[in-house]
Amino acid sequence: MEELGIVSYGAHIPRYRIKAEVIAKVWGKDGDAISRGLGIFEKSVPSVDQDTATIAVEAIRHALKRCTINPQEIGAIYVGSESHPYAVKPTGTIVGEAIGATPDLMVADYEFACKAGTAAIQTCFGFVKAGMIKYGVAIGADTSQAAPGDALEYSASAGGAAFIIGKTNVIATINHTLSYTTDTPDFWRRAEMKYPSHGGRFTGEPAYFKHIMNCANNLMTTACTKPQDYTYAIFHQPNGKFPVNVAKKLGFTMDQVKQGLMVPYIGNTYSGASMIGLASVLDVAKPGDRIFMTSYGSGAGSDGFDMTVTENIKRLARQKAPSVAELVADKEYVDYGVYSKMTNLLFLE
Amino acid sequence: MRDVAVIGVGLTKFGELWDKSFRQLIAEAGSKAILDAKIEGKDIDALYVGSMSSGRFVDQEHIGALVAEVSGFSHLHIPATRVEGACASGSLAIREGYLSIASGINDVVVVGGIEKMNDVGGSEATDILAAASDQEWEAFFGATFPGIYAMIATRHMHEYGTTKEQLAQVAVKNHANGVNNPYAQYQSPISLESVMRATMVAYPLGLMDCSPVSDGAASVVLCAAEKAKKYTDKPIKIIGSGQASDTLALHGRRDICTLDATIHAAKMAYKQANLTPKDIDFAEVHDCFTIAEICAIEDLGFIEKGKGGTAIDNKITTMDGSLPVNTSGGLKAKGHPVGATGVAQIVELTMQLRNEAGKRQVKDAKIGLAHNVGGSGATCVVHIMEAM
Repeated sequence: MEELGIVSYGAHIPRYRIKAEVIAKVWGKDGDAISRGLGIFEKSVPSVDQDTATIAVEAIRHALKRCTINPQEIGAIYVGSESHPYAVKPTGTIVGEAIGATPDLMVADYEFACKAGTAAIQTCFGFVKAGMIKYGVAIGADTSQAAPGDALEYSASAGGAAFIIGKTNVIATINHTLSYTTDTPDFWRRAEMKYPSHGGRFTGEPAYFKHIMNCANNLMTTACTKPQDYTYAIFHQPNGKFPVNVAKKLGFTMDQVKQGLMVPYIGNTYSGASMIGLASVLDVAKPGDRIFMTSYGSGAGSDGFDMTVTENIKRLARQKAPSVAELVADKEYVDYGVYSKMTNLLFLE
Repeated sequence: MRDVAVIGVGLTKFGELWDKSFRQLIAEAGSKAILDAKIEGKDIDALYVGSMSSGRFVDQEHIGALVAEVSGFSHLHIPATRVEGACASGSLAIREGYLSIASGINDVVVVGGIEKMNDVGGSEATDILAAASDQEWEAFFGATFPGIYAMIATRHMHEYGTTKEQLAQVAVKNHANGVNNPYAQYQSPISLESVMRATMVAYPLGLMDCSPVSDGAASVVLCAAEKAKKYTDKPIKIIGSGQASDTLALHGRRDICTLDATIHAAKMAYKQANLTPKDIDFAEVHDCFTIAEICAIEDLGFIEKGKGGTAIDNKITTMDGSLPVNTSGGLKAKGHPVGATGVAQIVELTMQLRNEAGKRQVKDAKIGLAHNVGGSGATCVVHIMEAM
């Protein structure tokens, strides 16, 4: 079988953190109860000069450090985010210039709530498979927004991951990928609105669970696999509870899930969430490991990936860029006042 | 006045029913009741449906005729009427149907109750429900029902020494009953500790002291008792029906810990049935909040005023107690689609008195009472039923 899949990867997480209990205190809520309920203890906070573009650039730079690819051989860059710095003007061009991949390059920005980054992987996969490009870059990055006092404030965080897709020196083959999509309005942000709206409990069963369950089951049917066939499983992680519950419902164990479950200590990085989970798995994966991933994007859809780690992973210079565990551990706490400044709750602009 | 009996019942599952529309729910409950009663469209003399706020929850008013239409009876041009009395809308519809048969005008009446509340968000649902309080004196100033019932609870605690733990035990008991009700929104037990530790809503009421926001529908077929045996071997007779009103706003009441509307509606029902509270074998009461069940068992005369909390401690109202209360799980565990609640209580009474309540069957159940409240006690309806 032709090897086609991930050639290198990198992640980035802003180093500032705020604890759920600090946010809870501001709103007169019980921080312990909220952390228990959401399965989130703290979340990453972007600094004043960090946005989706800088996070995307950091992530792809980490990916390039690990391999020997000439950026000029990159034929496409797709950046998935729901917090692109510009409403009109691409993030992908900034990334392309920053890594020296311009000008013979296809670029577009994607938006599909929290799964735009995995949609970018599928696009790159298609182009590489068709022979139209040698390497494609798929990035999922976000500095997600939450209205002050909203339930989302405990989870909406910042971070991203980048994957180079190609046929040469593939570290993890993408054996199968498919999606499950319907028009389900569980979470949205209308044009020119600062903060998103959501359907409360409607975001659970009919949205997250329905789409991931169907995508995952369709993927295992297509790949003729069972949960036990996988070493690792990664699910979109808007909080700490949903991915654990959906994993249980599908028949996966916590041993398969925990390496890719980052949300308790960095929050929900939206387009980066499942992709940072995948990066964390690749940090420790060994040849022969099989990886299962289903992302989720509100609106709604789920992208599924069945992957197998190859011998090439031993030759990838993983140590040349920080692992996800290192990025999670490198942190500095801020209080709610500093958090307000950094996330522009004070409308200083 | 003629006697009236229930000859058919139907219920949808209660819960977050995202994949069922308003009309699907009412059609499901109605058709189940009609099939259970073994009647046909041409047998039906009138339809009554209770719904508190279909207009604000799903943007649909004029639901009397809609119910006839979705039941497939448009061509029969059956008189169809919607009844509203906040969370008591369902039992008001039952009472209207009951009165129309008792008066001799109708022989067979189908009554429905419905609410589909999850299509709006939680805070909007709270606002819509608050429209059942006094808009000028309560809702306008930000009062919501959790806040209003919290005032009842704190006063009850102050007057009678009722504790937060006693309130919590009501929720624990009703969830234990809900485990055995396949139609209940929550069919899992909860611990006292989890109720005590739940997120505070309005002191002393935490999240688990409150009934949920629910979708669901219920339906019963009423028939003149003298003709009931034509349709069923197990008609269940309504032997008492009482209704009373009071001020919308809590502050207008004689005593905020007592629902005078309950006392008066119950008195009317007991008098008609020629019974006293001691004669009741089991009851479905309106536990929209845990304190509401404590007030209800007192105001219905089962327990001396102020001793409701102690009665909970003494397990008088558990399934094994001398007076099982809310065998269905109550509003707390079964769910509270407001317009459907009063009708669903009659369904539960009927199932118990038919000896068809399965694992939650009350032994030797002969006489049951249903108690449905609108708002914080401005409307109350009480029905007493007995197997024929």
